[in-house]
Amino acid sequence: MKTGREAFTYGWKRGIPIALGYIPVSFTFGFMAVSGGLPAWLVIFISLSNLTSAGQFAGTNLIIGGAGLVEIMLTTFVINIRYMLMSLSISQKIEPGMSLIKRMIFAFGITDETFSVASMESGRLSFSYLVGLILAPIAGWSLGTTMGALITKAMPDSLAMAMGIALYAMFIAIIIPPMKKSRPVVLVVGISVLVTCLLYYVPFFSFISSGFRVIMATVVAAAFGAGLFPAEEKEEKEDVRY
Amino acid sequence: MLDIKHAFLAVLLMALVTYIPRVLPVSIVRRQIQSKYIKSFLYYVPFAVLGALTFPNVFYATGSILTAVAGVVVALILAGREKSLAVVAMGSILTVFVLELFL
Repeated sequence: MKTGREAFTYGWKRGIPIALGYIPVSFTFGFMAVSGGLPAWLVIFISLSNLTSAGQFAGTNLIIGGAGLVEIMLTTFVINIRYMLMSLSISQKIEPGMSLIKRMIFAFGITDETFSVASMESGRLSFSYLVGLILAPIAGWSLGTTMGALITKAMPDSLAMAMGIALYAMFIAIIIPPMKKSRPVVLVVGISVLVTCLLYYVPFFSFISSGFRVIMATVVAAAFGAGLFPAEEKEEKEDVRY
Repeated sequence: MLDIKHAFLAVLLMALVTYIPRVLPVSIVRRQIQSKYIKSFLYYVPFAVLGALTFPNVFYATGSILTAVAGVVVALILAGREKSLAVVAMGSILTVFVLELFL
């Protein structure tokens, strides 16, 4: 079992690659939002208070376009519903006795990337680990936004284009090692990719938003996995804590 | 002319509807779920989420599908050798960057 400080430090280290991946994405956000006419302080505040990619990109575009509050809220909410699945999944992995306040604090930092990294840890997740994990990504997201908001010239195109792949490369890095060890995981990922691609490429489904594509693919794939290979979950050792 | 008060209020509402789905389940579900099916389902969620987030979006994340595919292939090879997140990301970025310069 690790002490709180060790768990925090370990979490912090796990969060640094995520933070680095966030900088180019949030940089682009900051640059776009300020170019769209929003003051820099508000743009930085959006990143600090929302800490999400697709949702705040969409919401900010609507603000710039002069949309109403209800439309902005609904759009952002629909894109973010996927976090409910992640939050539910995390609820089964944290230390059982964790207080409500602690849950409410670390929940702010649940993103696609922090969730993925936390999910792949073995053992129970402590509050110290989770706070360590989310700090660097929060800093990276705000820092990138600030740089993008304050800069007057855009990055060279080739660099901006290259940075676009950073987060996806990280997703691939997270997902490949478990796929090598488990055939059921390969099947689940395969089904999930198949469903998103169907929803993406078949014109009939084009009304479905990106957020709902992720939700539908996740539910279908995880349901298949649970139905076909219900015993896959490894026994969590209570004494191994991060 | 952009109304700053309206924009600020919109941002606060966005923050609220982003936080709610993150905080509700983990605050309400305080017990270990006993159902083997639901436990298995939740075990598979992260893998399914990652697959759905990555494809097909990654192919449109750079200047052209060609450079994106090259970036994906490099990421797959490095990840297959179990390199760290940072190494996989840097390798993929470099590949795309160099190819974007020539295309």
